Amino acid sequence: MKKTGAEIVIECLKREGVKHIFGYPGGVVLNIFDLLYDDKDLKLILTRHEQGAVHAADGYARATGKPGVVLVTSGPGATNTVTGLATANMDSIPVVVLSGQVPTKLIGNDAFQEADIVGITRPCTKHNYLVKDVADLARTIREAFYIATTGRPGPVLIDLPKDVTNDKTNFHWPEKVTLRGYNPKYEGNKWMIKQAAGLIQKAKRPVIIAGGGVISSNASKELRELAELTRIPVIMTLMGLGAFPGTHELSLGMPGMHGSYYANKAIQEADLLVSVGMRFDDRVTGRISDFAPHAKIVHIDIDPTSIRKNVRVDVPIVGDAKRVLRDLVQELKKSEKKQWEAVKKAWLKQLEKWKKEHPYSYEFDEEVIKPQYVVERLYDLTKGDAIISTEVGQNQMWAAQFFKFDKPRTFLTSGGLGTMGYGFPAAMGAQVAFPNKTVIDIAGDGSFQMNIQELATCVTYKLPVKVAILNNMYLGMVRQWQELFYGERYSYSYLDVVPDFVKVAEAYGAVGLRATKPSEVDDVIKEALKVKDKPVVMDFIVDWKEKVYPMVPAGAALDEMILGEEKKKKEKKLRAVK
Amino acid sequence: MRHTISVLVENKFGVLARISSLFSGRGYNIESLSVGETIDPKTSIMTIVTTGDDRIIEQITKQLNKLIDVIKVTDLTEVDHVEREMVLIKVAPKQDDKAEVLRLTEIFRGRVVDSSPKTYTVEITGDESKINAFVELMRPFGIKEFVRTGKIAIAREGFKK
Repeated sequence: MKKTGAEIVIECLKREGVKHIFGYPGGVVLNIFDLLYDDKDLKLILTRHEQGAVHAADGYARATGKPGVVLVTSGPGATNTVTGLATANMDSIPVVVLSGQVPTKLIGNDAFQEADIVGITRPCTKHNYLVKDVADLARTIREAFYIATTGRPGPVLIDLPKDVTNDKTNFHWPEKVTLRGYNPKYEGNKWMIKQAAGLIQKAKRPVIIAGGGVISSNASKELRELAELTRIPVIMTLMGLGAFPGTHELSLGMPGMHGSYYANKAIQEADLLVSVGMRFDDRVTGRISDFAPHAKIVHIDIDPTSIRKNVRVDVPIVGDAKRVLRDLVQELKKSEKKQWEAVKKAWLKQLEKWKKEHPYSYEFDEEVIKPQYVVERLYDLTKGDAIISTEVGQNQMWAAQFFKFDKPRTFLTSGGLGTMGYGFPAAMGAQVAFPNKTVIDIAGDGSFQMNIQELATCVTYKLPVKVAILNNMYLGMVRQWQELFYGERYSYSYLDVVPDFVKVAEAYGAVGLRATKPSEVDDVIKEALKVKDKPVVMDFIVDWKEKVYPMVPAGAALDEMILGEEKKKKEKKLRAVK
Repeated sequence: MRHTISVLVENKFGVLARISSLFSGRGYNIESLSVGETIDPKTSIMTIVTTGDDRIIEQITKQLNKLIDVIKVTDLTEVDHVEREMVLIKVAPKQDDKAEVLRLTEIFRGRVVDSSPKTYTVEITGDESKINAFVELMRPFGIKEFVRTGKIAIAREGFKK
């Protein structure tokens, strides 16, 4: 039977198991939207901005592990997806964007709402397509989902000219995808795994660094097995938080620019790094020439380009984290266990000491709300059972430091691109996937305003997303850098006019709550957690002077940390001198 | 160090853009690039001459391999191979020098493919050193126009990876 291109799109999405699409209509996709009008199985979430749609699909994908799907129109609809695509691309998130395009015969003519979106998104997608013939449509959609979800996942865009979705053809859905240029390698090289096991047995001061790849490949169980078998402590990058329980005695938290003192010390003193599904981002390594100076490095990653891109590697293993960790554990089980446990005792004791010396800390204040306190209370009052998204900047770092993530896929944050405005729509996407879970966006007053319009979407679909604004009237991280490195010249980081977020929430039909004193924080959170049928905006007026510590200044080595404590002492001294 | 990399790709629109934007986006250098269909019209081969230290060349080959439309990447520098390039040179020798130009063309086994009262257009094929040598010899006679194809290269049989 012949189907139109639009019908093929819908049919293919269903066969891929898609239940939700995030989108926004426009001229050249009206034929597809028309089919969605009375479709019972595919639900479209109408966002208020295409950027919101892509972040929502991204949040949906991170929380579920399934690809997030977006449908937008040509031109501005498509260009508005660019930031979302770049965000998903940097963090290896499976997102499929279907964009409308002007009819093929008009392409290149500067037609109304025409943009060369395939050209624009080439460097910020894993792959992209312009479908020129309806006969290629089903195969292309199949390939797009396959590419997005396999190997190192990533976003794929399919550009659909209007005539292609109007034309008819015999529908054929290919069961199997064959792409001769794309064959991800899942199994790790056995010999290399043996080498890695050998290094692990000999190491006296080993650490594991787990990244987002552990979460993408659902390898948390295998990671935990490895850590518990070998008693090797686990550091998690921002993207890896939740891959290993944050409350586990072997967890060292996050490394890098705002990582824990003990994680950074551990890396600098280690004699072995077992790095899994992470890519040695500059925010993780600090000054690369002084990174982990004593360590041999085992690097497990499914993407060969990640290996030896930034750091020297002694044992490279290309493969899927889950399978390689499984094989590594099997290999290690063959060997004598006791001997390495004894060796590592001194190391674990040292780490314990560092943990006690410099935990993440802040000074509680009776009068002013400390932003860290808000995050702590969110953790305690939800008992950690929540999906947390963040915006970018101080809010993101405090969330990463003070919320303990025990499960994978519960922390949604734009790690690679650092996209302000990501957290709220991402939380919305996660809430669509898990309507009964508590989903909280830990936000800043700056970031939240970048996609604040999605409040309308949350109200429309009764999505009870909670937004906790750590409101300091500043672009806090920018202000922090200006204070520390630009002689306190606060150039354009003060947000003169910040709206009354409670009123904004109410205007959208959401719930608005505010806390200005520490004593009010618990009540606001408790009140918010009760709301189950609409979004809640919690406006926490926090100490604007608060900074994120520890901090490794850009270009410094990991052990050249500024610890908050010294800074505070110095400030006190300065005051005394004055 | 300079490397000659042979890239077998799907013969689809946009593939050249993917490869060139990979190089420009990541700050890699392209000295020359030539593309043509293979015997199988569904594929093309791109011969890319690039420079970089070992780490960069490793990244270039890995990044090329990562592209979905790239089927195979071979760094020919690592294997015994044949390289060729073709140039067309339009020279305008003085009346007295014309014989010399023709003689040199013959020595280099080039061909005159066009002539006018004032110019000869010479076609010459060879590896880089031969072409450079010929260009240097022609220079004093006055090169009016000069165009080169970029290098193409093929592994010697028995050395293919």
